Amino acid sequence: MSPKTLYDKIWDAHLAHEAEDGTCLLYIDRHLVHEVTSPQAFEGLRMAGRKVHAPDKTIAVPDHNVPTTEGRDDPSQMTEDSRIQVAALDKNAKDFGVHYYPVSDVRQGIVHIVGPEQGWTLPGMTVVCGDSHTATHGAFGALAHGIGTSEVEHVLATQTLIQKKSKNMKVEITGKLAPGVTAKDITLAVIGKTGTAGGTGHVIEYCGEAIQSLSMEGRMTVCNMAIEGGARAGLIAPDETTFEYVKGRPHAPKGAQWEAAMDWWKTLYTDEGAHFDKVVTIRGEDIAPVVTWGTSPEDVLPITEVVPDPSSFTGGKVEAAKRSIEYMGLTPGQKLSDIAIDTVFIGSCTNGRIEDLRAAAAIVKGKKIKEGMRAMVVPGSGLVRAQAEEEGLADIFKDAGFEWRLAGCSMCLAMNPDQLSEGERCASTSNRNFEGRQGYKGRTHLVSPGMAAAAAITGKLTDVREMM
Amino acid sequence: MEKFDKLTGIAAPMPLVNIDTDMIIPKVFLKTIKREGLGVNLFDEMRYDRQGNEIEDFVLNKPAYRDAQIIVAGDNFGCGSSREHAPWALLDFGIRCVISTSFADIFYNNCFKNGILPIVLPQEDVDKLMDDAERGANAVVTVDLEAQEITGPDGGKVTFDIDPFRKHCLLNGLDDIGLTLEKSASIEAFEEKAAQARPWV
Ligand code: SF4
Repeated sequence: MSPKTLYDKIWDAHLAHEAEDGTCLLYIDRHLVHEVTSPQAFEGLRMAGRKVHAPDKTIAVPDHNVPTTEGRDDPSQMTEDSRIQVAALDKNAKDFGVHYYPVSDVRQGIVHIVGPEQGWTLPGMTVVCGDSHTATHGAFGALAHGIGTSEVEHVLATQTLIQKKSKNMKVEITGKLAPGVTAKDITLAVIGKTGTAGGTGHVIEYCGEAIQSLSMEGRMTVCNMAIEGGARAGLIAPDETTFEYVKGRPHAPKGAQWEAAMDWWKTLYTDEGAHFDKVVTIRGEDIAPVVTWGTSPEDVLPITEVVPDPSSFTGGKVEAAKRSIEYMGLTPGQKLSDIAIDTVFIGSCTNGRIEDLRAAAAIVKGKKIKEGMRAMVVPGSGLVRAQAEEEGLADIFKDAGFEWRLAGCSMCLAMNPDQLSEGERCASTSNRNFEGRQGYKGRTHLVSPGMAAAAAITGKLTDVREMM
Repeated sequence: MEKFDKLTGIAAPMPLVNIDTDMIIPKVFLKTIKREGLGVNLFDEMRYDRQGNEIEDFVLNKPAYRDAQIIVAGDNFGCGSSREHAPWALLDFGIRCVISTSFADIFYNNCFKNGILPIVLPQEDVDKLMDDAERGANAVVTVDLEAQEITGPDGGKVTFDIDPFRKHCLLNGLDDIGLTLEKSASIEAFEEKAAQARPWV
């Protein structure tokens, strides 16, 4: 047998049908659903008189729209249209009999944090969700990607997805990371190198010592942003770190089934000599804490650098950089570490897990946020929040002047009341710095949790290494 | 889904690279539970000022392009989120075809589910069509899916590639779910096999 990549193996194990022209039906093991991209899909099912094919493999949770302030069960906290979307999910989950974590459930949170936390996401699975950051689940060695609403309807009705196989791409991060450098810096550095279209048409497998040394939380951060690099999905081969994380989770296999699962999971790696269509290698030692300066995640530089000159780019990027810098209110040549920040957002499916909160709390401990700064921590799930409270992290944040919120997407995409105002500048641990992403004319700098915490204290973008 | 066979219309030039889905339809408009009605908010933040007045020099506000049915765009069009509201908004505005050197994966897929034809062309062809599009209402472009051919205002022709299955579905306005359900037997057979091999799933 010819050597296979991890992607090849998972693909082959889920191929339900292949037509002569190569169009495939890929079987889907887990379908995650949230309130924003699903109403039209459920409506489509209703109109066609169809059922959900596998409700036991379908998990729904409201996250994008929900307020993250106390007392959020009070409907007056939501706008009319948000309320309608959440109510539609409540009803659809009930009518179609899928697993559901309503806002009142402590397990509610961002769909990509809830899935792994509850053991729904397991190695070797296919996982889809009507959300591009589904790539997160690739950290488990699961083939996971975002789909559109028509595809959500397709998966609901058939438990399959019409797919063509992507190409294989390898991103290897060798060696060790320097102190202060995190998974977020890795994933941003990769996008900085390959561009936002560098992975288009590919599934990326991340490997190398620096990746293997990451915790599951860190691996999820890396895979989360595979989509920002244009890839269909990101993958990391499962290993002891993975199995350790999965074991004992509510929906993970137990007893004899665990053993059987482990037998298969241990075969999930790329064979020696398997072919990759594209290979990118970065030395872990070369990665510095980074920030974005523009309005595309590829606009990334080490914190020690300056805002670039648009003329240093080529092609359409010259115009794009000019537009970005103007939008961001910056001047070419300005030191990144001189950029003053109004707001700090720590949260999202990129960096809203317990380890992220620990990293931020370690910087904040015993200090106060800069006067006039708006700073908030939004845990990725109710369980992350509870754990952070137990570990005393919540008090560290609160004492420093941070708002301590309930779980949800919050200011990652600002569909709920958490938004930037015009011109407001934010250091954010989320994944997108697009124009208007965090609020109309809001300005976003993507950073790691430690860097976000440092910015909250000093009031400007700051090299976290100076505060460690 | 509406069929797509041949389209003759005005092409609007949008040379910006990395036009993302947040630009195409900002998230404030995702709170609908319907597919229709998003056209007025297409490119909302580029098209209107904060008071809701049209911004004159935005391409789709110019008289020549108000009825555009085609967009010629810079690289990596549709990057960002998976929101199908992006193609819904394009369609609702009247755009049936987008031409670029490259598209983001999910957006590209979503177009086909909604009767929109995304066409990938080499840079020089996109440049040529971008020039044509700059000429406004006098520059009518014809896209013939059956022949896989674009005819510019001067009669110049450019051919394009497209996946045969997708072409077939677009030409006939076929709904994917119906097609897949015809293969229920294969799906059930797979499920039985998988239940044995991976019972924990
Ligand atoms: S946290 Fe942000 S990126 Fe993640 S699912 Fe929510 S909106 Fe999407």
